[in-house]
Amino acid sequence: MNILTRKKVIVISILLGILLGLVILFSIMVGSVKVKPLRSITILFQSILGLKGAGTETERAIILSLRVPRALLAGLVGAGLSVSGAIFQALLRNPLADPYILGVSSGAAVGAIIAILMGLSTLSIGLPLASFIGALLTIFIVFNFGKQDGKIHPNTLLLAGVIIGSFLSALIMFFISISQKEELHTIIFWLMGDFSFSNPQAVYMISPYIFFGFIFLYLRARQLNLILSGEESALQMGVDVERLKLISYLLASLITAASVSVCGLIGFVGLIVPHSVRLIFGPDHRLLLPSSALIGASFLIASDTFARTLLAPTELPVGVITAAFGGPFFIYLLRTRKVVKTL
Amino acid sequence: MIDVHSISFRYQKDWVLQDISFQVGKGEFIGVIGPNGSGKTTLLKILYRLLSPQQGEVLFELAPLKRMSRTDIAKRIAVVAQETYPLFPFQVIEIVLMGRSPYLGYLMFESEKDLEIAKKAMEWTEILSLSERPIDELSGGERKRVFIARALAQEPEVILLDEPTTNLDIHHQIEFLDLILSLNRERGLTIVMATHDMNIASEFCDRLILLREGRIYKMGAPQEVITKETIETVYGCDVWVDQNPVSGMPRISLLRKGVHEIEAVGRDRIGTE
Repeated sequence: MNILTRKKVIVISILLGILLGLVILFSIMVGSVKVKPLRSITILFQSILGLKGAGTETERAIILSLRVPRALLAGLVGAGLSVSGAIFQALLRNPLADPYILGVSSGAAVGAIIAILMGLSTLSIGLPLASFIGALLTIFIVFNFGKQDGKIHPNTLLLAGVIIGSFLSALIMFFISISQKEELHTIIFWLMGDFSFSNPQAVYMISPYIFFGFIFLYLRARQLNLILSGEESALQMGVDVERLKLISYLLASLITAASVSVCGLIGFVGLIVPHSVRLIFGPDHRLLLPSSALIGASFLIASDTFARTLLAPTELPVGVITAAFGGPFFIYLLRTRKVVKTL
Repeated sequence: MIDVHSISFRYQKDWVLQDISFQVGKGEFIGVIGPNGSGKTTLLKILYRLLSPQQGEVLFELAPLKRMSRTDIAKRIAVVAQETYPLFPFQVIEIVLMGRSPYLGYLMFESEKDLEIAKKAMEWTEILSLSERPIDELSGGERKRVFIARALAQEPEVILLDEPTTNLDIHHQIEFLDLILSLNRERGLTIVMATHDMNIASEFCDRLILLREGRIYKMGAPQEVITKETIETVYGCDVWVDQNPVSGMPRISLLRKGVHEIEAVGRDRIGTE
């Protein structure tokens, strides 16, 4: 009988991990500054092994301080957004849910814009930190409004998120309307999603949220399957539903906050990656979460690579690429398979 | 087995259930009947502690239900409620395996033994051949069986059924209830079923609990509960009660307004002669 086993999850994860590795290698081989592809790889592996040798100082700087952190950051964000999208879709029982649905992204944007207007964006960590704080404040406010008598009601939470998100959007527009021309470009790129601020510190800053967030969510993968049939149904199977909801919402929101803080609002990934993975591997979270993380990471690294090479030396916002490539692919899947129940 | 001890429950201000007491013995098949809003579903929800009564308590084999852990309850009491489906299409076998959830704890994957239990549950409910079909492609009757199989995979002592036969045609109703009855008779499962269909309740249940406005109006064997006077008082409409000619159990016929005065009286005469 064709059921999900540990072996199947491990095998698929390893295969997708290899794919991710190849995508990372590809992304560090190409760029606006020509470094010979093979030399890029040599530089990478030599530095992993602690050796020095190949390449000029400039080439090594381009590979190790620019391309590698950028690929890692795009990978972390792609994984984070895809996983939190899958979680929000399950908890809100809504296939349209994405990581930004509770307004976390708008809070992050307000934080980021304030930092840009105050000139903090020149500091390597200033912008992400400000936007992370904005996102955390939003999570705090949304959860306080979304709770009733100590319980989380998905619809109340959703409404609270959407309304606070709209209020924050008003703030964003206000800030845009008063900002200067130079700042405007930075703000708009941030709002469309942009990895050009990437630096190694950002990688260190967000990886704990994404790694530990993923692990704690994965421990609840089986319970998340049960909640897809509704809260009462999960409770009948012995799940402590309130605890599951609280922990999962908070972790997914934290992952979103961390992801958004380093690169702005990259749309689409958190919506279509989980759906595409469901169409290919089925809805079981024990397989869905790891494969969404790995495919989301590969997808975003690949998209970012295109974003910075397509019109090089001009960089496109990566959000343009994710929507332009992801949309048609998703429509194709939608036409050939079934996304949600058709009852 | 289940001892409901003078419970009262309210959602907001008004009491939905008041001073309800009854016992369910091991292996009994109990029917809970009553008009819309009489508290049937609320009562079932209290029996698996989705809701907790403000007054009184429920004992499960002498232990207070409110002190049992969620997973303990799920190992002993299974529920087949009004239909809910996963948001995304799972296969039948995956749904049935979810019934093993209370036994898995923090384990991520089901063992061979869990799979055996799920297969057995699917065998009893005759859905083994559907195992890899997505749930949303099944007919209403088949889906009901899937959820019974999931309940059986929990290896419970009690199954609570909430309006299990709505939306089923008579063929599927009988098929479903025969399955429940055989689980009750052959495997000793205790059944508590809330239903609107009094003829079904009368045919299948050992005992009936008739609720009216949140109180027990009458409780006992179908012959004692389903009588013309009782039903007319509780439901406020005219009915005719006679016996199912085959089983001999009480049978209710609905009467059009004004019909009973002519036809029913005539029939009554025939009956008594």
